[in-house]
Order: sequence, then C-alpha cells, then structure tokens
Amino acid sequence: MIEALPQALALILTPQTVLVGIGAALFGLFVGAMPGLSATMAVALLVPVSFFLDPVSALTAVVMTTAMAIFAGDIPAALMRIPGTPASAAYVADAYALTKQGRAELALGICLVASAIGGLFGTAVLVLLAPWLAEFALRFSGVEYFWLVALGLSCAVLVAGPDPLKGAVGLLVGLFIATIGQDVTSGYPRFTAGIPNLLSGVSFIPAMVGMFAIAEILRNLPTIRTAAEVQTRRLGSILRGTGAVLRRHPVNLVRGNVIGTAIGILPGAGADIAAWISYAVGKRFSKEPEKFGRGSEEGLVDAGAANNAAIAGAWVPALVFGIPGDSVTAIVIGLLLMKGIQPGPDIFLMNPGQIGAVFLAFVLANLVMIPIGLVAIRLCAKVLLVPRPVLTPLILLFCMVGSFAIDNDPFALVIMAVMGVLAWAMEENGIPIAPAILGIVLGDPFEKHFMTTMMKGDGSLAYFVSRPIAAVLAAITALVWLAILWGLVRRKPRTVTA
Amino acid sequence: MLTRRSLGRAAALAGAAALARPASAQAYPVRPIQFIVPWGAGGGTDYHSRTIAALMERELGQPVNVVNRTGGSGVVGHSAIAEAAPDGYTIGAVTVEIGMMHWQGLTRLTWRDYTPIAMMNLVPAGVQVAADSPWRTLKDMIDAIRANPGRYKSSGTGQGGIWHLAIAGLLQSVGLPPDAAPWIPSDGAASGLRELVAGGVHIVPCGIAEAAPLIRAGRVRSLAVMMPQRLPAFPDVPTVKEAIGSDWTLASYLSVMGPKGLPAAIARRLEEAALKAMATEQWKAAMEARGFGVNPMPAAELAAFVEKSDRDLGAVMRALGLART
Repeated sequence: MIEALPQALALILTPQTVLVGIGAALFGLFVGAMPGLSATMAVALLVPVSFFLDPVSALTAVVMTTAMAIFAGDIPAALMRIPGTPASAAYVADAYALTKQGRAELALGICLVASAIGGLFGTAVLVLLAPWLAEFALRFSGVEYFWLVALGLSCAVLVAGPDPLKGAVGLLVGLFIATIGQDVTSGYPRFTAGIPNLLSGVSFIPAMVGMFAIAEILRNLPTIRTAAEVQTRRLGSILRGTGAVLRRHPVNLVRGNVIGTAIGILPGAGADIAAWISYAVGKRFSKEPEKFGRGSEEGLVDAGAANNAAIAGAWVPALVFGIPGDSVTAIVIGLLLMKGIQPGPDIFLMNPGQIGAVFLAFVLANLVMIPIGLVAIRLCAKVLLVPRPVLTPLILLFCMVGSFAIDNDPFALVIMAVMGVLAWAMEENGIPIAPAILGIVLGDPFEKHFMTTMMKGDGSLAYFVSRPIAAVLAAITALVWLAILWGLVRRKPRTVTA
Repeated sequence: MLTRRSLGRAAALAGAAALARPASAQAYPVRPIQFIVPWGAGGGTDYHSRTIAALMERELGQPVNVVNRTGGSGVVGHSAIAEAAPDGYTIGAVTVEIGMMHWQGLTRLTWRDYTPIAMMNLVPAGVQVAADSPWRTLKDMIDAIRANPGRYKSSGTGQGGIWHLAIAGLLQSVGLPPDAAPWIPSDGAASGLRELVAGGVHIVPCGIAEAAPLIRAGRVRSLAVMMPQRLPAFPDVPTVKEAIGSDWTLASYLSVMGPKGLPAAIARRLEEAALKAMATEQWKAAMEARGFGVNPMPAAELAAFVEKSDRDLGAVMRALGLART
C-alpha cells in the first residue's frame, strides 16, 4: 500500500479533485444538518454529477459528503433535539440536554472531535486489515445476523430510561410499527389499511423526523411566546473544552471506535445501528449510567465516534467483495463499476493508485472536518438566538421538505405527522421514544432473520446454534440477558432503601 | 419595457394557447419531461433511467428529469406513471414487476395501462452456486434436487419475486415440483449472494450481471444462463438448453413507457429519441461498465415481449400458489 502513496497523492491533489472535495464537504454539511435528508440521499444526489468526474474525484466526493453529513447530523440534534440523520438519533437527548445547560458548543465540539477520531480509526482499519476482515464478515449468514439483531434489541433495556415497564411499552410500539407493510417472508400486506404507500412499510426517515422534530414542535407550542430558556454560554475555545472531556473518557473513545468499525464492516448494518449499540454499551459500563439521556458527555463520545467509524468500515466488504456494508456503499459499488473499477480481492493490486487515493480522501475528510465543523458550530449556535415563533415554522418547513424528498411521496408527510403526534403523546405519558426508534430500526431485520432462519432449518430451532459464529453470538446474548436480570435482582433492595 | 402586468398577460396568453392546442407533435416537447423511476436511487433501474434520460434530453432538446418514486414494492411509482396525463410530459421506467404485481393482487395495473415506448434492457437470470459447491454443472444440481427435494434452499429476492419465479420455472420445466428448492426471501440479489457465500443457502438464481463481482472474485460460480444464447459477457457459461435440454428462459426487463392513450405522434417521437439514445457510444459504454448487455427494442417488439412475459410469469405464479387473481 505504501508504495502507491506518491501515485495516490498525485491523483488526489489535482485542482479538480480538491475543488470537488471542498464542494462535497459543504454539500454534505448542509444535507446532514437538514432534518430528514440523510447521508444516503446526499450520495444518491451525487450520482448524476459523477458522470462528469474522473473516478478519484467522484469517490472523493462520496467520501467527503458522507463523513461531513454524518457529523452534521449532530448539529440540529444538539441545538433543536432533531437528529439531522438517523445516525444521530441515539444520543439526541444527551446533546440537547447539554445545550439546555448552555453548553451547546461543548456538545457539538465533542461530537465533532469524536467523529473525526472515529473516522480516522475506521480508515486505519480499512487500510490495514480490509481483505482479512472482509473474509471474516463473509461468514455471517442470516443466523449470525439474527443473533446480532437480538443483541441490539437487548440494548433496548439499556436505553429504556428509568421505568422499565414504560420502556417496554415504547419498544413494543416500535416493534408494532415495524410490522406494518408486506410481511417479509410471504409478501402478505399487514396493517396497511389498503394504502399502497404502506406496502413497503412505514418509511423510516419521515417516521424519525416526525418522532423527533414534530413531537418537539408540539411540545414547545404552549410556551412558544415566552423567550427561549436556552442561553448560550460561549466557550473560550471549543477544542480546549472538548479535549478535556475526551481526555477524561479515553476508554469510551476507543470502545466507540472499535464497535463502530466492527458493526460498519458487517454488511447490512451501518452507522445508525453502530451508534445505538455503542451508546448502550457505554451506558452499561459507565460509572454514571443515570446521566445517560440527560446530557452525558460519555454517551456523546461513545456514539459520536462509533457512527463515523462505521462509515469506513462499511467500505471493507464493498471494496473486497462488491457487497454493500450499508446503503451508501451500495451506491458506491455502482459508482466503482461505472468508473471501471471492479470490486474484488485484487482491487488493491489492480488499482493501487485509485484505491490509495480513496483512502487518502478518507483521511483528509476527517481532518478537514475539524476546521469546517468548528466554523459551522459557531455559525449554527446562533440559531438558538432566533426567536422561536420565527424558527419553529422554518423547522417545520425543512422537516416537510426532507420527508417528502426521501421518496418524492406526499404520503411521507402523513407518516411524519402521525408519528409526530404519536411520539408527543408517548412522551407526555412518560413513555420514552428511544426504545421505540430502536424497535422500528431492528424490528424488521429481527423478524426477517428469524423467519428465514426457520425456513432454512426446516423449522428446527437447533439450526439457530448450528454454526460456530452463531453459537458464540447466542452465548453472548444469553450472557447479556443474565447480566440484565442479575442487575435487576441486585438493584431492587437498593431502590427500596433509597 | 415589460411591466409585471404585461408579463403576466403574456404568460396567461401562452397558457391559453397551450390549452387550446394540446401539444402537437411538431411543437412537442415544449417543456421539461418527467421520467419516473419506481425503484430507489443507485439500483439497476435507476442507473438505466438516468443514463437514457441524459441521452434523450439531447435528442428532444428539453430536460428529462429523473424522479424516484419508490415505495409500495414498486406499486407507487408504476401507478404514478399510469395515472399521469397522457401528454408526453410524464413517462417512466416500467419493469418486469408490472407483469407480476397484478397476479399477486397488489394492484390492478397491468402493462395494458401503459403506452410502450422502448425496451431499455433485458437482465438475464443465471443459476449461481457458491465456489465450494459440489455441483459442477446444472445437471449435478438438478440431480441433487431430484434426489432430495426440499433440502437445498435458494434465495435472491422477496417471496414471489422475479428470481424466485426463475428457479421455480426452471424446476417445473424438468418435471420437478416448482418448490423443490424452497425459496428463502431476501431483500435483493446482493443479500442473497451474501447468504450464498456465507453458506446460508445453496442456489441464487439472480441476474448474472449482479453476481459478476463475486464470480470474478472466485466466490461464486454460474452454472447456466436462462437465455436462448450464451451471453457475450459470460462466454463460458452454458445456456439452460445446452446444460439440461430445457427450453426455459427468463430475463427481467426494464422498459420506457408512458401512460395509456399517449397520442401516436408523441409516442413515436419518444420512441425515436429513446432508440437513438441507445444507439450511442455513451449508452454502450455505460452498459458495458456495469456488466449489462445492450438490448434495445422498438415499441412494437416491446409490447409483444411484455405480453409473453406477463403470461409466462402468471403461469409460474399460479403453479407456486402465489397468484391471487
């Protein structure tokens, strides 16, 4: 790989590539910060443009756009409690809680630096270990994914909040929403009420925008005329404050990096799931788990690093086998083929310069992210000064545009509105939204992998533990459940005395 | 000087004129054309559509804007094309699913609700197995399935999807029950191939172009292609006829169609533009880059092909118990 460095540098340091890269970074920043516009969509919009670019510029644009978009999703999450992309949903409560304490810039600083470090770590793994890791990821069939998703769903217990019963209700609401649409195995429509738009299920982006943004708008309506209670305490230096936080939580940073990269490499699981799992693991091992959901700096470090680390991880199976790691790399494979680069184990031998340049683009994207991000944070923090009667309709407008644009389907606005009212009603009654979102995200793969595994095993449950990796994952899941139950048993007396 | 009012009046007059004289073929097209794609950005249909739209734009002298209308397993986008005004300003990509969804009772739409314009491409099915599979030929595979019906699983799209019908029709054509290699539904060919390589399923009868990267990586073997002739891109892969003597063929297709009742002159203008677009070097290069063939077809031929495809698919779906109508 090293000997390709000069060639890669020459490819990436052309005026066209640099200009395209900067443009893509700004584009990614904008799309990521708009609620409802996801990183996947940003990349899809790049496809027609890429017809006119050379391969390295086109891939640089994709890398820059995704890295910036996943970070920028944190900006509205922190400032308005509205995640800009689904990858920011896991820790939106914490980021916003910090903003309410007047520490918006710190919250975003943590997200920014953790994102950049996560991105660099994921890139390093991609460069050094791609062929070997892809080989391992290829052994994952439906059974292994079933256990992974089961592990992820077990995390719901950890993000449930103080009342386990209400957390369970939230999770069930999410799982119910995930069952709407054509049944994954037989194709039979369920709970669609004859509406064709619901055949493929409740579209996730409009649902997420509704559950966060619309619910937030509804919650604030009664007090909209009173002045915003949020005041910005300006930090002297964002980086210095952030540096202190990161130095206090080195374990979280490393763990977030590793979890994010690992989940990114597995085909089919991307930045969203990486952030959720990393956040839940962070809470499990934290000394102050009660802070999670109420402005935990640790949670931001864990999940903020994980979602960006997952981006590079997803490229591993894409480059080595042409198997997409997430929805962004599904588009990347199309781009690679279009530009005459065949994904395969010999991709590094056949196109050392071009692939080296893509790796360099990853490194640069994560470095450039810091200055551009700092400027963006300073500018966006001013959003909090806009009077809310002006800001609220604007947010609503952006949410509607974003929800509509994802499928160009007016029905998405109905989904957004219904889910918004539902989430508002849930929160008013103390039912947390986080487990519901997790249920929507994981309900579909959980059912799908369960059903297909049953079919593959001709109805035998033994098939679930018949493969070595599956058996190991099953054992880990069982251990997690035992730990949760043990924790409940042990904590009971303490809550009684407290 | 143009005042705002006179501008407004001019616009009103132009609008009235347009109403009075519905887009005649000479004037057509006078404004941008919307090209609806019922499937997501980045997929095969999207790729074909964006490529042909850019090339048709040059022929027609008006922008051809690609709009993805996804959702409802393709029903939403296909409905949007069929329900548009037949004025030539809304056309779209109609795919093989139009010959399947109505049998399943998902929609009443059939290809007869459209005006065929041109075939964009055929995506021939291949029979793929993992590189470490003991089956060296299609005959090995059929013999194994005959010896142990139900034991070997296949995957590559949803239940009743096009590739499911591909294997079911193949098995039926050699006298086996169509479900002798039970179908494991997946999100698409990519996740089916992933299962194949991981050892979760045994057969993935998907479009051979979709398996190309894994075939090249030495992870997957294609035993046969479901076409009357071998494909230029895969000269070593025999046809089903050569391998086991069955006449079964199956190709998914992507076509350009407009709503039913498109004026003949406009349909002809669009057909010419599409065929010219597909005769260009850019089209050939774009198809070659992703391992697709070049199979343009004029409207009349397209209509005949779609009718036969619709009938064949209906027969297999009835045999599988998937048809509800």
